[in-house]
Amino acid sequence: MNAIDFLRKDKFSLAGVVILVFFGCLGLAGPLIAPYDPWYVNRDKEGNPLFLTTPDSTHLLGTDNMGRDILSELLHGARTVLIVGFLTAFIVVFIGANFGLLAGYYGGRIDSILMRITDVVYSIPFTPFIIVLVALLRPSILYVVLALSLLMWRAPARVIRSQVLGLSKRPFIKAAKVSGASDLRIVYLHIAPNIMPLVLLYLATNVAWAITAEAGISFLGLGDPGLVSWGRMLHLCYMVGAIRVAWWWLWPPGICIILVTVAIYLISHAFEEIANPRLRKR
Amino acid sequence: MTLLFVLFRLMPGDPLSGLIGAGFQLTPEVRQALMSRFGLDQPLHMQYLLYLRNLLTGYLGWSLYYQVPVLNIIQSRIWNTLILALSSFVFAYSLALVGGIILAQRQGTKIEALGIVLSAVSRGAPMFWTGMIAISIFSFSLNWLPSHGMHTPGYLAKDIVEQYFSLDFLRHLVLPTVVSGFYFLGLPLLVFKDSLLETLGEDYIELARAKGLSERAVFYKHATRNAIMPMLTTGMTLIGLALEGILYVEVVFSWPGMGREIVLAVWNRDYPLIQGMFFLIAVSIMGMNLLSDMIYGMIDPRITYG
Repeated sequence: MNAIDFLRKDKFSLAGVVILVFFGCLGLAGPLIAPYDPWYVNRDKEGNPLFLTTPDSTHLLGTDNMGRDILSELLHGARTVLIVGFLTAFIVVFIGANFGLLAGYYGGRIDSILMRITDVVYSIPFTPFIIVLVALLRPSILYVVLALSLLMWRAPARVIRSQVLGLSKRPFIKAAKVSGASDLRIVYLHIAPNIMPLVLLYLATNVAWAITAEAGISFLGLGDPGLVSWGRMLHLCYMVGAIRVAWWWLWPPGICIILVTVAIYLISHAFEEIANPRLRKR
Repeated sequence: MTLLFVLFRLMPGDPLSGLIGAGFQLTPEVRQALMSRFGLDQPLHMQYLLYLRNLLTGYLGWSLYYQVPVLNIIQSRIWNTLILALSSFVFAYSLALVGGIILAQRQGTKIEALGIVLSAVSRGAPMFWTGMIAISIFSFSLNWLPSHGMHTPGYLAKDIVEQYFSLDFLRHLVLPTVVSGFYFLGLPLLVFKDSLLETLGEDYIELARAKGLSERAVFYKHATRNAIMPMLTTGMTLIGLALEGILYVEVVFSWPGMGREIVLAVWNRDYPLIQGMFFLIAVSIMGMNLLSDMIYGMIDPRITYG
């Protein structure tokens, strides 16, 4: 049975897709439906700022320590988070897949060179590197994406390369070569579609990872201060010491992050089951 | 070995050392004095050679913020991180082992479904958030466990044993361990369960059953032993990634370890400290990767290195 049928039958991936679509819509439409401007300091009738108010009918999720509406921050943050996540994942998989394709297909010296580069990158630990990089450069969203994507492509590169190595030896590739197809054509028209499942899997897991990593960076205060993001909300919450009292500030961003990442992991687990039939229900 | 060399090249090439005066308002004379003190006014390749020479004698630099050698800071912090890491791993992997067996036996039931969701949540929930939740629940609302640090403020340990084995220390260890462990167990749990299921479908399992072995013997003696492998190998690669997660837990819980120290160093713009710690971490991770490659090669005779 093909993938679509599988997705429909497996409740997990269905749930995952639903959640993701929901958040995708939030990302697109969030800022439009947000009741307040997330930067605006809300005040009560006497003009006093509404610090740390509990959720009520005017502010569905309460306000933070500066009187900003949390629901609006959440909605605006969705867009940032999703953009960073998908952008990073695309860059990572694009670089990684190409490295893998070229290294695996051409082999020989090109393979060695590409793999040496990959090895170097492989040994650098993630978070310290990201922290250091973002700390050196200006904290802007572009640099965050850059920092995140500079390291992650190494895993897809290695795995895709080994796949391509196996594929390149297959008869249909040899046939293509003999019939005169150019190398580029072979790589991208013939081999690439066969590694697509793997590519999709990596895309998915990398989006999840990028979102969590961005949240982490923002939590440490190194994210883009001009943009609202869920990580930044948690950063402020922690720094102000509000975790003591303000559950309405602490829980929602975390729950959102969890929902998105769990949705992605569920979908990717379904991908893995597609690839390995032994795991399916016996 | 080539990797080490390239890493060497990377480090001094960073703009780090050149920015020493950036965070402070210094008069030009003071700047000049500082720079010559740290040897920064020498041409770049001289700095590089100096750096290498220092490295060989074990000198990693001088922390600007703490005003002690970088090595001192590292020495005092690294054990804390290692202890936390060790306890989290033990916690995580024992749970993953037990959980994997339970879930594999109940494949297709709601419990397995719950297990899959749990594993996804464990991997997806950002550790700093779980930490904050844990603190807000267990420390503030319930007042069961301390909320930060390694010891209660004002506690003076008489010796190493007391420092690391006292009840106070253990109480402080609980929450960070559980939080980290929760994050670490997601993937091994899944991997172990999947590999158990896969192993159970193998031919030799059928053979064992045909021989008349009880289901239990089949399960524990044959299936489990072989299914453990993938979990262990993912575990080894996970150790490198683990530092990243532990860093966040250390920050949230103010646990004085390497991870938190790096973050503090970045906040304080303490460049020599950043450089020294980064270098050490990179080297140790490379070492661990090499080690795990070698171990893997030894364990599985089918893998050879050309």
